[in-house]
Amino acid sequence: MDALLQFLFSGLTVGAVYALVALGFTIIYNASDVVNFAQGEFVMLGGMITVFTFEAGLPLPLAALVAILVTSAIGVALNKLAIEPARGAPVVSLIIITIGASIVIRGATQLIFDKQLHRFPSFSGDDPIHVLGATILPQSLWVIGGALAVFVGLWIFFTRTLTGKAVLATANNRVAAQLVGINTGWVMTLSFGLSAAIGAFAGVLVTPITLVGYDVGVALALKGFAAAMLGGMGNPKGALVGGLLLGCFEALTAGYLSSQYKEAVAFIVILAVLFVMPQGLFGRKSTERV
Amino acid sequence: MMSKTTTALATLAALGVLSGAAQAEIRLGVSVSATGPAAFLGDPEAKTIEMLVEQLNEAGGINGEEIALTLYDDGGDPNKARTFATRLVEDDEVVAILGGSTTGTTMSILSVAEDEGIPFISLAGAISIVDPVRANVFKTPHTDRMACEKIFTDMQAQGITKIGMISGTDGFGASMQAQCKEVAGDHGIEILADETYGPQDADMTPQLTRIRNTEGVQAVLNPGFGQGPAIVTRNVAQLGFEIPLYQSHGVASDAFIELAGAEAAEGLRLPGTALLIADKLAEDDAQYQVVTAYTEAYKAKYDQDVSTFGGYAHDAFALIVDAITRAGDSEDPQAIRDALEATSGLVGTTGTYSFSPEDHLGLDLSAFRMLEIKDGDWLPVE
Repeated sequence: MDALLQFLFSGLTVGAVYALVALGFTIIYNASDVVNFAQGEFVMLGGMITVFTFEAGLPLPLAALVAILVTSAIGVALNKLAIEPARGAPVVSLIIITIGASIVIRGATQLIFDKQLHRFPSFSGDDPIHVLGATILPQSLWVIGGALAVFVGLWIFFTRTLTGKAVLATANNRVAAQLVGINTGWVMTLSFGLSAAIGAFAGVLVTPITLVGYDVGVALALKGFAAAMLGGMGNPKGALVGGLLLGCFEALTAGYLSSQYKEAVAFIVILAVLFVMPQGLFGRKSTERV
Repeated sequence: MMSKTTTALATLAALGVLSGAAQAEIRLGVSVSATGPAAFLGDPEAKTIEMLVEQLNEAGGINGEEIALTLYDDGGDPNKARTFATRLVEDDEVVAILGGSTTGTTMSILSVAEDEGIPFISLAGAISIVDPVRANVFKTPHTDRMACEKIFTDMQAQGITKIGMISGTDGFGASMQAQCKEVAGDHGIEILADETYGPQDADMTPQLTRIRNTEGVQAVLNPGFGQGPAIVTRNVAQLGFEIPLYQSHGVASDAFIELAGAEAAEGLRLPGTALLIADKLAEDDAQYQVVTAYTEAYKAKYDQDVSTFGGYAHDAFALIVDAITRAGDSEDPQAIRDALEATSGLVGTTGTYSFSPEDHLGLDLSAFRMLEIKDGDWLPVE
């Protein structure tokens, strides 16, 4: 019994990391149908910039804020310099541009910072919390809490605010959105800035657990993407549930079957779900107009 | 027209100067992975060799001849390494090659060195580089198998016979996992649990819970590299293990204690080299002189701490300088090779090297020192 609880704690910790990355995909996807493969790099930047500003002497909360703002600015720059000039290009080309951007960001990071692994202290110490014979680290609770907070924030943003609805409208039909007075260029800038900020926020939260180095973004983006696909691309609820489910699949497989198969089993489950529900668990059904 | 003539003259002059100087120079070739995924190996290796060449030339070179260093960065790509090795032999006409930061690049350089009869000292770990022995190929790092044996010897001394293993699935972890399983029986060690994790995994508590719930496990061994071992160490502390944890030489660096946290890492053991405890070596220690000289010079020049990998390059360079000095003929690769094979008792940062026609690694288990982390610092275990 305590073993099961320990596996679930592990699954929730890792799952919340995936969920935070997956949530970052949501806004840009909703605004433009583009899957931003530089999202993992935003997470990495959030961690790296915090590490270096923290080591330079800034208090941790301030260092984290700097990291989130700088990364957000990089997100905006990515949109202005790479995505906007290619506005007329098909979505696939834009996705390829984001892959290129992720390579550039990775290369620049190892030149500007370094190639070592880093970590900064956990927010509330490293003393494990004991629950019924299993243990969980306080930082895991921060990550799970952070994922929930971002989820609630995004849900309110998309359903209760005019700006959020403008983002959805832009994705739905850019020309129609412009006709009703939505500044679609601004919506794109906003969505990249927000996505980058969410990514950096995720990086700040997960670094004490996962550690950070210039190359951690790729693996994070892949897992986050898998989580988002499982839950339904573009839906904050899907990102949260997908991430947590993926984490729990992995932990339970490693715990009960074998650690050799944990990723294989997780991906087989994802394939099975997508086979039955191609839109993911909570994805919107898209109907093509003819 | 005018500028063309000037360029031509300048080129001729430059060539003249170069070839004139080359007569009194020893041409040494290096190909390491100073950038790319293996940069953490190649970067300190390149810096070390550049520094040592500079030092040697300032001190008058070998028998009055300076060393002309040609250093290429293969970026960890075996194809590039092969190209550079060929270029080193054919264009740069070097008498010896050092490098091959990874096993992959080493294998590329190795075939060129064997075909051309140029002595080559590899800086990579795999035992297959020198087993079977190849005439022109030597290497400086100890092998995974030696690390396993060192760890198991220490376990035996502690009366530990049943262990659980948790290994990374990266190249380093997988290779060491296989080697350890092979030699465990020789040391009376039984592996009751054998778990793995991916190199980018964020949490290993499920695997460790399985090991904890396995009846009779007396110690945990974690062969791995990069962030994995740091996370394993933190997870072991989180789960409150009461049995000892052993890490591998793959994480023998001060950065590891920082990543894992001094508290979580307290009491864990691993095999490391003298380089790691440079400031704690006794003055009468055989390696004291060479280790102190290297760490101080490196720190002064680059303002960085030395790493085990830079130490491998240091030793390769010391070996080749020693061999060229004894060969007497700095132009003949085969004379240098023969002298290299006759190396005996050369003290390096990694250990004491004695090559023979049957042994091109030349280290024994004494090259490793068992270290324990105590209050956030390394402590040699007696």
